[in-house]
Amino acid sequence: MAELVTLADGIAELVRDGDTVALEGFTHLIPSRAALEIIRQRRRELTLVRMTPDIVYDQLIGAGCARRLVFAWGGNPGVGSLHRLRDAVENGWPAPLEIEEHSHAGMANRYVAGASGLPFAVLRGYQGTDLARHNDTIRTVTCPFTGEELAAVSAVRPDVTVIHAQRADRQGNVQLWGLVGVQKEAVLAAKRSLVTVEEVVDTLEPRPDAVVLPSWVVTAVAEVPGGAKPSYAQGYYERDNEAYRAWDQVSRSRERFQAWLSEHVHAGAA
Amino acid sequence: MSWTTDEMMSVEAARSLVGHVSCFVGIGLPSTAANLARRVHNPDLVLIYESGAVGAKPTRLPLSIGDGELAETADAVVSVPEIFNYWLQPGRIDVGFLSAAQLDRYANLNTTFIGGDYAHPRVRLPGSGGAPEIAASCREVFIMVRQSPRTFVERLDFVTSVGFGAGHDAREKLGLRGRGPVRVVTDVGVLEPDPVTRELTLTRVHPGVDVADVRAATGWELKVAPSLEVTEPPTEEELTVLRGLVERSKP
Repeated sequence: MAELVTLADGIAELVRDGDTVALEGFTHLIPSRAALEIIRQRRRELTLVRMTPDIVYDQLIGAGCARRLVFAWGGNPGVGSLHRLRDAVENGWPAPLEIEEHSHAGMANRYVAGASGLPFAVLRGYQGTDLARHNDTIRTVTCPFTGEELAAVSAVRPDVTVIHAQRADRQGNVQLWGLVGVQKEAVLAAKRSLVTVEEVVDTLEPRPDAVVLPSWVVTAVAEVPGGAKPSYAQGYYERDNEAYRAWDQVSRSRERFQAWLSEHVHAGAA
Repeated sequence: MSWTTDEMMSVEAARSLVGHVSCFVGIGLPSTAANLARRVHNPDLVLIYESGAVGAKPTRLPLSIGDGELAETADAVVSVPEIFNYWLQPGRIDVGFLSAAQLDRYANLNTTFIGGDYAHPRVRLPGSGGAPEIAASCREVFIMVRQSPRTFVERLDFVTSVGFGAGHDAREKLGLRGRGPVRVVTDVGVLEPDPVTRELTLTRVHPGVDVADVRAATGWELKVAPSLEVTEPPTEEELTVLRGLVERSKP
């Protein structure tokens, strides 16, 4: 059964140096506060997995938490570049970053394989692209029924997956709705999971469109109101598009980013 | 009414969606065109965003593919594995609408890096996202990109998404099931693949554009159709709706 914890305790307990960590949430319900807590606790040598790194991984990479990035689309949606990600790949700052790059379809299927307990997934994908040349987790497999050659991608099995959801009850059953992305698969593929939620309630009102993660597949739940900002939580608050635009300026220079880091993440830290 | 080259591009791209049922939409230029098409030419057009919104009807242009309004107005909201596996992969979606940082004469696209090599890129771009499978699996692909020698290049630094590969039947030989890029709409004209070689050929220039300008904006020796047409200028309705859409979408 999932344990109700504070965010700081949840990260301290479940996210360890050197782990493969997936923070999922496809534009909606991004676990932004959990990412800041990982930075605050100065985790190192992480393999970060995420379909769309978004500003959460820009922050983790810039703060020096990552050794490797597994991803499909690394931009600031609708705005432009992720400057900290680019600085790491182009210039090795603050440390060289290994990359393992897929398409969205490939990443989604890698999580499905992980959640399904399979070693790989099959899809029609990557044919003719240069992606497989640089990535040995993309190979081909021959269909035993038709002889067709298809793409095979290895399963993703994070040590820990962190997601944000709208609600949980006191037993740790989790409910999320709206654009639910790949979160169910990412939690089920992982060895451990932490879910931050907008609120913990006495009873989860059933919703026909909701994904429910039963308490017994979740390791820990932390109540973190506003935990997805500046992304959004449907039914709670809207996406703060202005913050995404503002991040472009904050992240553009190393100095400005480091000032942001001391002011907004490490301020008051021992 | 006068108009900008970007407005002409959006208007012409939107016209391409007449008669189509569904469109897989990326953010930026394609989203503008698809939303314009739904308002002016094709009110029943089903807009599909890779975040899982099927049949989204946004009132303004979303900044990201996952803006809240997309889910709230959608006919169906599905997971990301489902959007790619059940909806895109089997070839259910009519049109995929893509853009790119680089494009070659066979409409292959690069959104991965520019300059240097893969391990040490001069400029690292966001990468592939949904594009490789959109380019492979939609029944047809439309591309929207501003034309310049920097974008229309002889050789891509990286093949992120396949158009016609090395030309002729290379696409079919790769096993890609959609027809591929049937139309490239730029700020100066329209290019379509030659039926045999599949090389992009200029078939249309926008009003006031000389063929010489288009050649100068192309990084290879551009083929020009013998019966070159001129795009109809934007109508007042198209421009009014487009400007209203852009205005409502400002921060």
